[in-house]
Amino acid sequence: MTKFLRSIWKHVFGSVRDLAPIVIVIGFFQYFILKQPIDNALALASGAVLVLLGLTLFVYGLELALFPIGESLAHALARKGSVFWLLTFSFLLGFGTTVAEPALTAVAKEAAQIAAGAGAIGDTAADMSRYVLGLRITVALSVGTALLVGVLRILLGWSLPLMIICGYATVIAMTVVAPPEIVGIAYDSGGVTTSTVTVPLVTALGVGMASSLRDRNPMTDGFGLIAFASLTPMIFVMAYGSIIAWI
Amino acid sequence: MDMMSSGLKTILSTSADVLPIVLFIIFFQLFVIRQPVRDARRLVAGLVFTILGLGLFLVGLEQALFPLGRLMAEQLTHPEFLMKGAETLDFHWRNYSWVYVFAFAIGFATTIAEPALLAVAMKANETSGGAIHVWGLRVAVALGVAVGVSLGCFRIITGLPLQAFILVGYIVVVIQTIWSPRLIIPLAYDSGGVTTSTVTVPLVTALGLGLAETVPGRSPLLDGFGLVAFASLFPIISVLAYAQLSALRERFAGHRKPERRNGAESTSKEVV
Repeated sequence: MTKFLRSIWKHVFGSVRDLAPIVIVIGFFQYFILKQPIDNALALASGAVLVLLGLTLFVYGLELALFPIGESLAHALARKGSVFWLLTFSFLLGFGTTVAEPALTAVAKEAAQIAAGAGAIGDTAADMSRYVLGLRITVALSVGTALLVGVLRILLGWSLPLMIICGYATVIAMTVVAPPEIVGIAYDSGGVTTSTVTVPLVTALGVGMASSLRDRNPMTDGFGLIAFASLTPMIFVMAYGSIIAWI
Repeated sequence: MDMMSSGLKTILSTSADVLPIVLFIIFFQLFVIRQPVRDARRLVAGLVFTILGLGLFLVGLEQALFPLGRLMAEQLTHPEFLMKGAETLDFHWRNYSWVYVFAFAIGFATTIAEPALLAVAMKANETSGGAIHVWGLRVAVALGVAVGVSLGCFRIITGLPLQAFILVGYIVVVIQTIWSPRLIIPLAYDSGGVTTSTVTVPLVTALGLGLAETVPGRSPLLDGFGLVAFASLFPIISVLAYAQLSALRERFAGHRKPERRNGAESTSKEVV
């Protein structure tokens, strides 16, 4: 029990350390630059405590359950050498971690409110939740596809810069076609997807694979999965926006 | 009471979100790898913590991080704050200097403390045989995010097209890729995605939307998004630049051999 308490405390301390710079910057601006009192400071403070607690429990739970099992799975699959299962695993890993990503949920909700306010979609709760779900599924599908392609790249030793440049060209081409109101959201969704849940599992998958394959260097072949995972959501979300506008 | 019921609802919906990944991991464990799940109690406890934590985080997010980002954007663009005693106010992008300073500070502060980045930097230091310094990489990425968010705010305030900035950024990345040490390229591409963490994203998104709502003539839908995109593009450029600078230094320091292992003892703290 004391061991449990100690490790919880360590995680709380870690979260405090991560959030401290944000609090310092905002506090500095409030007191020295803006010189304005914060309205409902109490609600903000209690919200911040909830964020702190939530993040701590979340990361603690991930380290207890999902990370070890995910990592051992990635290693076992890479050793097993079945390409079919490895690719299925990569796709499902990308899809599953992205659907559960808290940052994506939050930003999708915000995007739905903005879109409803601007009249791009209906103003009812049902319309908005359909939009949120559509956005989340689209992004999750795109991250799944990204990991599948990225794992294929590691297996076959394709050139990463070449593939990324092709991806950039696709993004630019899609931007020309897609309706302008989806472009900003699409560009942002690339960065949103790759955070707390996805990065550790995906990095473990890539580096684990590159170290268990012969002739692969963990440095040049193990990295690069995150790059795909932050590129494909832009393409997929713009496609989603185009299809919605077209229907 | 209201908070309780919204909290319960959030926890229920997060359970539904976490369920698919749990099911598929168990499926793989039992049917593909064919190994029993070790330490099932630990797994269940971990899942309960994950779901609870996710629920609390989402409630706190809506109560604190989103309002805070909006509030900062509103106060920093408030006409009274912008005028500072001047008689009239024309909405010129130069009047918003504190917005850029704030964006830079928040981008730098959140990135330098990012645990995912520290982990990646240590891994890179290890695999590169010391050529990539942990602090050098962290500062490079943090500067990239800071400049990205700051420039993104400039774009929202001026209303310039997002696509143009991203296109130019991509061209810069491609040109840099041609002349960068090959070892760093995958790491640099990854560092763009690593930086934008769960806390930074909502705060920065709210800042952008708040700016687009308060600056006259801007639409939140068309102009408000894009800050996260900037924050994940610029680190690629800054990390590639860091690697190029390190390589240049090595050449001038007289290290003739191209292997990066030999550059381990050259201190490149002041690079970047």
